[in-house]
Amino acid sequence: MAQIVVKNVKKMFGDFTAVRESSFTIEDGEFFMLLGPSGCGKTTTLRMIAGLELPTSGEIYLDGEEIGQRPPSERDIAFVFQMFALYPHMNVRKNISYPLISQGMSRAAVKAKVEEVAGILGIKDILDSPVGGLSGGDRQRVALGRAIVREPKAFMMDEPLGALDAEFREHMAEELRALHDRMGATTVYVTHDQLEAMQMGDKIVVMNNAVIEQFGTPQEIYDKPATMFVADFIGSPSMNFLPFQGKVAPGSEMVRLNGHDEAVPKLMEAAEGDLVFGVRPEHVFLSDDSAYRAKVLAAEYLGTTQIVTLQSPNGELKARIDAREVVNPGETVGLEFRSPAVTLFEKSTGRALRSALNDEVLSNG
Amino acid sequence: MSGFSVTEPSNRSKWIAGFLVITYALITMIPLVWILLTGFKSPADAISYPPKVVFDPTLEGYVNLFTTRTRQTQEFLEANPPQNWADEIVRQYDMVIVGPSKFGERFMNSVIIGFGSTFLSIFLGTLAAYAFSRFKVPLKDDLLFFILSTRMMPPVAVAIPIFLMFRNLGLSDTHLGMILLYTGVNISLAVWLLKGFIDEIPREYEEAALIDGYTRFQAFYKVVLPQAATGIASTAIFCLIFAWNEYAFAVLLTSANAQTAPPFIPTIIGIGGLDWPAVAAGATIFLIPVMIFTILMRKHLLRGITFGAVRK
Repeated sequence: MAQIVVKNVKKMFGDFTAVRESSFTIEDGEFFMLLGPSGCGKTTTLRMIAGLELPTSGEIYLDGEEIGQRPPSERDIAFVFQMFALYPHMNVRKNISYPLISQGMSRAAVKAKVEEVAGILGIKDILDSPVGGLSGGDRQRVALGRAIVREPKAFMMDEPLGALDAEFREHMAEELRALHDRMGATTVYVTHDQLEAMQMGDKIVVMNNAVIEQFGTPQEIYDKPATMFVADFIGSPSMNFLPFQGKVAPGSEMVRLNGHDEAVPKLMEAAEGDLVFGVRPEHVFLSDDSAYRAKVLAAEYLGTTQIVTLQSPNGELKARIDAREVVNPGETVGLEFRSPAVTLFEKSTGRALRSALNDEVLSNG
Repeated sequence: MSGFSVTEPSNRSKWIAGFLVITYALITMIPLVWILLTGFKSPADAISYPPKVVFDPTLEGYVNLFTTRTRQTQEFLEANPPQNWADEIVRQYDMVIVGPSKFGERFMNSVIIGFGSTFLSIFLGTLAAYAFSRFKVPLKDDLLFFILSTRMMPPVAVAIPIFLMFRNLGLSDTHLGMILLYTGVNISLAVWLLKGFIDEIPREYEEAALIDGYTRFQAFYKVVLPQAATGIASTAIFCLIFAWNEYAFAVLLTSANAQTAPPFIPTIIGIGGLDWPAVAAGATIFLIPVMIFTILMRKHLLRGITFGAVRK
């Protein structure tokens, strides 16, 4: 089991930069998510840790040892592929034993080890079937079996649930997380699904356009986004962005939004010009007392809550409110925001302004 | 099964399709059947007109194919009674068998050259195709085009330069020379076909093997090769059929030592008049190895031709 340190790693494919200088640390035993839209460089980062791509520059440390330029066979890292990549010409047993055979383990030891792993994953009864006819879930388990059988220092998983049916995904996600907790192995997991990342991860790295946008626990990423991209990418519906013209100074606790004073967490830096007032839908409340008015455009009923779409003077926004509240499209309502949860962004850079809310998170990232 | 189905052909169209396929198969088989039957005819039956479909079968053609014979005097024939059934057959023409013909030797030459060049084409072709498919090769597209350009003219068009080259290199009339020549012609086909097959194999299989602790070369032969078996088998059939049937270069470049069966078979005609049954017998035996090879590979060949049409 191992700690992985990625230090200033960069990857170019010809003139194309797949990953810009990136650094982060994955602690021993962590379930670590690499999250981002497709093409953002997350899979390339994963493949560099595994050794399937060599970094153009930078270092990767596995348990303090620099492994950046070594072939995958010398890294002791297992990889679970999105399409599973089970060897199609071998049955389940041979697939799982394959990494052990390469180590020159004795036949009896291989057999015992494979049985043990099959027991953990509940696939003992299909050990001798060909991999061709297996269901998606069983293929996934075989792929996991092949990864865990040699007890590697770390696991890399490239969207391992991507090829499964939606209903089966959730079940498999729980199974994966349970397996991780049982084995305590460092796991790096690539996904573009923010729900999956929030649900399973201990830590999340959010990537976009070859750059790491933010790195932290799911709570930190959700509540204290470092950039507008993160705020928009995480959460469904995503954070509301209300653009406004304004000026803030260190220590200010108010901004003027269309002529109304709105409280914000105490700011720690100055900014002026085009700013963005960011607030999550669950922190928007309807209140007749408020002078900040907006028109109801639509209401989506979701059972316990409803999503109300509103037209405010600063643009469209969504509120997640109790399903029992009665809202009628067309009517005008007052809005209140839960001020300690508000994040201000600089529009031109998309960067969050430092405030009492996010100072601690932003200074370590 | 009842009612109308859009995807399932009706019984009537199945019958028509079956009838057409069988008719076509029979038509293509007529020359083969003709050769097979002629091999068992006597020389008189072989040239009779209208052609005889019903005749007394004889092994005369096969005996003539495999032996050399001389005509002898009555005294000699009476003094030496026939020793076996083959001897008995040639006695009707007052002949005796004096030894084996060159056919066995020529046939073996065909086997060595045909299978040798097929093996070499596939071996080199697979390695080249893998490299083209997986690695960054400088000028890859130009190289592939260049390889293919050797197929843009009939190979015999370069017969004279090859003849001169072979003579200067001492490759004329050698097995090695013919193997190299057929490999040279086949390799473009092999590289292109095999590259297509290897392109279809997802890289993840090799990457999984790399992760599982194997080297790049081990990943190639333990994981990629078994996956490419279908493609290799169908490519091998095409290579073998070309090398096996090739006539023009064989006539030009081989004679006493490395002559293959195709240029040899027509020479039988001259030995004792127009001996069509012996020629037909030679052709029949000549067909057998390719037929066996194709039947062995048939399963792969069918899959190979439709490869890529259906996602696995």
